[in-house]
Amino acid sequence: MAEFEPVLLANIHQEDSHTLRAYESTGGYAGLKKVLGGMSADGVKELVKASGLRGRGGAGFPTGLKWTFLPKDHPGPIYFCLNADESEPGTFNNRILMEEDPHQVIEGLIISCFATAASTAYFYMRYEYPLAWKRVQAAVDECYAAGYLGKDILGSGYSLDIFLHRGAAAYICGEETGLIESLEGRRAWPRIKPPFPAVEGAFRKPTVVNNVETAACVKQIVDRGAGWFRSIGVPPDPNNPRDPGSFGPKLYCLSGHIEKPGCYEAPLGITVNELIDNYGGGVWRGRKAKAAIPGGISMGLLTADEFDCPLDFAGPGKYGCLGLGTAAVVVIDETVPMVDFLHNSCQFFSHESCGQCTPCREGTSWALKMMNRIKAGKGRLKDLDLLLEIADNIGIIPGTTICGLADGAAWPMKNAIRKFRGEFEEYIKRTNPDGYMETNPVPVLEIIGAH
Amino acid sequence: MTNERILTDEMVAEITAYFPRYPSRQAVTLPALHIVNERLRHVPLQAVVEVAELLDLSPAQVQDTLTFYGFFKQDEPHGRVRAWVCRSISCHLRGADELFEHICHKAGVEPGGTTADGALTLEFGECLGACEFAPCVLANETLHKCVTNEQADAFVESLK
Repeated sequence: MAEFEPVLLANIHQEDSHTLRAYESTGGYAGLKKVLGGMSADGVKELVKASGLRGRGGAGFPTGLKWTFLPKDHPGPIYFCLNADESEPGTFNNRILMEEDPHQVIEGLIISCFATAASTAYFYMRYEYPLAWKRVQAAVDECYAAGYLGKDILGSGYSLDIFLHRGAAAYICGEETGLIESLEGRRAWPRIKPPFPAVEGAFRKPTVVNNVETAACVKQIVDRGAGWFRSIGVPPDPNNPRDPGSFGPKLYCLSGHIEKPGCYEAPLGITVNELIDNYGGGVWRGRKAKAAIPGGISMGLLTADEFDCPLDFAGPGKYGCLGLGTAAVVVIDETVPMVDFLHNSCQFFSHESCGQCTPCREGTSWALKMMNRIKAGKGRLKDLDLLLEIADNIGIIPGTTICGLADGAAWPMKNAIRKFRGEFEEYIKRTNPDGYMETNPVPVLEIIGAH
Repeated sequence: MTNERILTDEMVAEITAYFPRYPSRQAVTLPALHIVNERLRHVPLQAVVEVAELLDLSPAQVQDTLTFYGFFKQDEPHGRVRAWVCRSISCHLRGADELFEHICHKAGVEPGGTTADGALTLEFGECLGACEFAPCVLANETLHKCVTNEQADAFVESLK
């Protein structure tokens, strides 16, 4: 394998990489100067569109296209929200960018705001990142002092304020309209779309919501060009007219039962095997892998013999997973019962369902109750069918919920039970030899809460 | 019943300083709740009433938002250190449940509870976004990485 030279992570190992001085010493803010010195907002939009950049937050929607959904010649204000509510289990790339290279993110954010004519940006960061919070706030302060933020930036006539806004430990705030509701001071209940945020978003004004890594990519595209970006990754599938391709570098998060967990930058399209062997040092303790999450727990599961799956936007879907998601790969070794995995997944989604849509609120909660029972040795074979019935009926895809949280809750259930059914049945028969055939209603067990 | 004011002048000044940042007062709800919570380690109902007054909202609106998050305690302050043991998948795979149980025993505290001396509140957290350091614990602003039982013991001891 040709060694890929990191771009997004190029500076994180330098001393004081989070400071303006260090950032400028490697050419930082040259891109912003180039943009403000002579590019038009439409020019930047076109550049990003031409690069084929797709949002890095999970859905993979083309960024430039999202920007063009803003109404033309809008009198303003237009708001920009940077989604730093990274909460998908297994995912930590945004944290690393914000802690180690916050100026790269901020430069990308300023350029993105200029392109979309936003004059106020809200940097919505999850509560659990205290160091990132301090570093980003310090970096924003440095930018004001250096004239990269505030009124008439670098004499261009363009003005922008960035305000940090802190979440309060709720996964749903990463959903873009949940984020907007949370920002506005209400419970983070996602909105029915349309209208999309580009038309009616924060404070009822046109709004763009982009991910932290997406902003960092925008900065790199301005520096290096759309052609450079398109030279990395996977071109569109000629047999699928709706596939815009998967271009650019990607920050893959690797964790779980792996020798060297970490955040690794690689071209989109690297396979799970390559990621594990070439970056992660193999499965830990000389063991074999049993499965892996391809892109955050919402995306479902790959079995060990599906590790040739390419991690581009179209890859995991071909293996029955929901998608690439956040490209957070969690390796599960051969010692882990799939019952444990699915219990953990159901526990997460039951806790994080926002409660707005009944199928998700009730579905995730009953799924956890059933998994508690199975794990405690009181499972019945019928429960597997009930779990699948829930999984097949909650989410945007079956059309029963407003946002995709329920699809993310459903996918681990579908993949785990359908790909490992034999193991689930064996577990239930072994731990509940007298009652596994039971079909009458049974009582639920207690659930342990979290914060 | 008389309710003594809970928000200090300092807190009020800090909250009102957020007003120019947003086109609506309601958007200052979360910042205001964080400001109160940082000082008082909980947000009692009286504080909700006073925040609502500052933001031109009904107390029910602030209470609605507050309770959505499950983050803000209302009945009594959390411990001087509030620790979250991550229980999401990457940490779970590397022993988070066992670690949580170990800390509960060591500190003599029930899950979600606070030690008798008020030093520590111990809770599960969902993914702390530090999966490369699993199992991890966020204690106030400090992230404890790849926590072993021995490190957990030292952490609990350090609170005494």
